[in-house]
Amino acid sequence: MIDELLETKLVELEKKAVKIREMIIETLLEAGSGHSAGPLGMADIFCAFYFHILNHDPKNPDWPERDRLVLSNGHICPVRYVSMALAGYFPVEELKTLRKIDSRLQGHPHRTSLPGLETTSGPLGEGISQAIGMALAAKLDGAPHRIYCLTSDGEHQEGNTWEAAMFAARNKLDNLTVVVDRNNIQIDGFTEDVMPLESLRAKYEAFNWEVFEADGHNIKMFVDTIREAVAVHQRPSVVIAHTIPGRGVDFMENKFEWHGKPPNAEEAKKALDELRTLQGKIESEHQ
Amino acid sequence: MLNPELKLNEKVFDEDVEQMATREGYGEGLVELGEKNPNVVALCADLTESTKVEGFAKKFPERYFEVGVAEQNMAAIAAGLAISGKVPFISSYATFSPGKNWETIRTTIVYNQANVKIAGHHSGIVTGPDGATHQATEDIALMRTLPKVSVIVPCDSHQAQKATIAACSLNGPVYLRFTRDKTSVITTTDTPFEVGKVYKYFQSESPKAVIFGTGHLLYQALLAAGELEGEGTGVTVVNVPTIKPLDVEAVLNLVKEAGAVVCVEDHQIEGGLGGAIAELLAGHMPAPMEFIGLRNTFAESGKPQELIEKYGLGKEAIVAAVKKVILRK
Repeated sequence: MIDELLETKLVELEKKAVKIREMIIETLLEAGSGHSAGPLGMADIFCAFYFHILNHDPKNPDWPERDRLVLSNGHICPVRYVSMALAGYFPVEELKTLRKIDSRLQGHPHRTSLPGLETTSGPLGEGISQAIGMALAAKLDGAPHRIYCLTSDGEHQEGNTWEAAMFAARNKLDNLTVVVDRNNIQIDGFTEDVMPLESLRAKYEAFNWEVFEADGHNIKMFVDTIREAVAVHQRPSVVIAHTIPGRGVDFMENKFEWHGKPPNAEEAKKALDELRTLQGKIESEHQ
Repeated sequence: MLNPELKLNEKVFDEDVEQMATREGYGEGLVELGEKNPNVVALCADLTESTKVEGFAKKFPERYFEVGVAEQNMAAIAAGLAISGKVPFISSYATFSPGKNWETIRTTIVYNQANVKIAGHHSGIVTGPDGATHQATEDIALMRTLPKVSVIVPCDSHQAQKATIAACSLNGPVYLRFTRDKTSVITTTDTPFEVGKVYKYFQSESPKAVIFGTGHLLYQALLAAGELEGEGTGVTVVNVPTIKPLDVEAVLNLVKEAGAVVCVEDHQIEGGLGGAIAELLAGHMPAPMEFIGLRNTFAESGKPQELIEKYGLGKEAIVAAVKKVILRK
């Protein structure tokens, strides 16, 4: 059961999401390469999962009864690493090792390098299938944990995604919920220019999934939507989460140019100033 | 002569030697595993009958998953099942799995260290009339380049059954290669089989060459050895069911003894058994080598024996290769 998100906790989570964004910028600056827009855009959703939705134990990452959070689009892993560090899976200090030699934090997530990752990902379109395997195993074992799979919108151009969509519906995997980060960008441009995905809702409905939509930056609304999705019986569920890539950093928002590059020192400072003042709305608490 | 210690099929040189497809051994092994191990599950991509998963599917329907014509999905679902403690066996034709879904296997099974067993069927040109689209002749190379994957090519149905059982007890990805057509039964239920070992099936006094053979063509190698021995040319025939990890010490000892090598496989000559042996010898014990396999070509439709002859994979070609390699010593 996922608890209702009360106002006091919501305020706490919103602050934490800002903290996650700051740490993403710091981590990317230190790494010198990596993706900026996707991680910033998914910060609220990762915050909701790691600090409210998931039934998990960061000190016992292999706990068999934990909910599984599968990340299909591995390139947004900075947001996962930062969220996991803040949740207590590993020391925050270790974030500085991202993409460097001898690190557990690979440029794209490698399952056996870091406890708690659940899968290896990077090549797109493979996450839902792996989540399906976990959902089937849970059904075979009569285990009540849930499997969540976070996907990008761009990877819905991969055939494998729809192979998985067919299978999950056919096998009535109601212990599986997919979240689509509908941020409308991919490396080469806007999704609707590169290879149109709309209507994504109608596609999933046609594949016999229960479809929800939510504002991916409204943590309360997102949690409520997930609470509805997990109550679905006999069908897999999908939440199309509308997000703004680069969210929280004005000069990155909605710019596909920021899909696959990190900020330089000057850009990072500008981004951090903006995040710490909530885009100029408040005086920074950090300075 | 045949190695008497290995309890091989004594009738292997008879005209009416028993014929059985290696995929039959896979089907039997899978059912046996299903009975012994409740964690074994099977997935198939719309080829349940021809990959012989049918028996398992009927006996353990709750542990059998039909994925339809979707080999990438099959591989990644299996990875998820394996990460969750199951032991999945995935089956399709080898041109599709690991052909079509190779990257999915690389990322979600191999790099992910997921305990999945990949059964590639209809391998080699002996797939016959279906033509080159369905004759997998590159799959050993595809799987052998992946780190820490065991690659096993059974020579007959008995060995296929044993390899299937053995694959289950290895913790990690395994590739098993099977053939569609019936092939000569070389071993018996009592013939020893261990993953990672080579076996001397045929031996002559003071051999002048060693033939390493994998899969069904081992039969052709044995026929060639019989003929050569009759002509006074002693050879050793070694079955190499496990191409990876290779039985390094035994292979080197056998090459040291014979001084010349012929490798035999129903596969492109690049990247298969011959490649594996050549890589080993280049670093340790260079020796003259000849390769029996497809040479920079696809095959075509035809009867298996016709194709074996046309593409130079049969007894005559092996005899010629042995004679040639001995002259190069």
